[in-house]
Amino acid sequence: MSDTAGTPLLRARGLRKEYGKGEGRVRAVDEVDLDVGAGETVAIMGPSGCGKSTLLHLLGGLDRPSRGEVSLNGRRIDDIGEKALARLRRTAVGFVFQSFHLMEELTAVENVELSALLAGRSPRAARRRAEELLEQVGLAGRARFLPSALSGGQRQRVAVARALSNEPLVVLADEPTGNLDSAATLDVLRLFEGLHEAGQTLVIVTHDVRIAATADRMISMRDGVLVDETRLTGGTTGRLGALAGLGD
Amino acid sequence: MRQEVVLAMLAKEPSHGYQLRARLRDALGPLGEAMNAGQIYVTLTRLEKAGLLAADRPADGADRSDRKVYALTPEGQRRVAEWIAEVSWPRPDLAEFHLKLIAAASAGLADPITIVDTQRRELLRRLRDAQRAAMAEPDRSDAALLLEGIVLRLQADLRWLEACEQNWTHPRSGS
Repeated sequence: MSDTAGTPLLRARGLRKEYGKGEGRVRAVDEVDLDVGAGETVAIMGPSGCGKSTLLHLLGGLDRPSRGEVSLNGRRIDDIGEKALARLRRTAVGFVFQSFHLMEELTAVENVELSALLAGRSPRAARRRAEELLEQVGLAGRARFLPSALSGGQRQRVAVARALSNEPLVVLADEPTGNLDSAATLDVLRLFEGLHEAGQTLVIVTHDVRIAATADRMISMRDGVLVDETRLTGGTTGRLGALAGLGD
Repeated sequence: MRQEVVLAMLAKEPSHGYQLRARLRDALGPLGEAMNAGQIYVTLTRLEKAGLLAADRPADGADRSDRKVYALTPEGQRRVAEWIAEVSWPRPDLAEFHLKLIAAASAGLADPITIVDTQRRELLRRLRDAQRAAMAEPDRSDAALLLEGIVLRLQADLRWLEACEQNWTHPRSGS
């Protein structure tokens, strides 16, 4: 599944992840090839247990493959040392999770600035950046709130702001709308749409068709294998009326 | 029911009308019980006249439609292939799409998963458009509410396609 001219920003070849031993061995990710171009939004869809979260972890260096290669910006990340990998996760990759993973005892702005502080920015620069990001996600007025005082959609927007804090090359999101209702989902979709327009590279694994439909490409995954790819750009605008009973 | 459905259900092998009815009853379950036998024979006769079906007369020469064995003509086969490849618009007619998957699989005309993927691609494009339109609307606009209805319907159709995909990836016994 390769689709980009020149060197892709994110590239996987022959990626495999196995769990267990002998008879009980399971191949969660099986010989996956994937190219994601700079500025592209790619959604990977599939049923629970198809291996999509495992794939995302391999792409972001949260887990190491059993076999195969992952390169980010032309540089191999599957075989680098623990320290280099940890640095990469802090600076080059932004993660967004279904259950937000915010620190409950820190305010919104403290959650966002934490990753910049860990990456070695000065407290002042980190705070300034965090405030900018919260404004960007529409939460400037909630900067001093604890996560428990925020709605699900607001928490996820804080998590997205945090993922952006070190200007990552790529944002990897795992079911970002999985815990959200319809209106909050629309907020997150708007946010991702804005990131996309700003040129941010995004890889989203999800079984929410609404978020998959915002991608440039949708890839289906079944039993650890990428099986189908759909390019979603170039739509049917103007024909929506037929879906509402207004004729075609 | 569209004539193409009847044609496609004959693609597996030449059949008597009653065999065709049994196949439809199996595929549709309780929904098939309301089907009128007379209607099916009328459709078969029409398809025969249109040159899409050929009927073998029984040895005793009787011209009763319930005794004939129907088979697709080359023209009928072409029509079925077109129908299989066609994407339903604006939304899949559930029974028609369901029978399309069954006919395609049983006659080996196409991989049902490919049909599901093609349909999903179209629905995702429409969902993308509907969502973009919804996102462009100010909060609480009347139009946004209508667009949400479209989004929810498309989601329902896409969920059903997911169920179809699972069924045809790991077919249930008997199907």
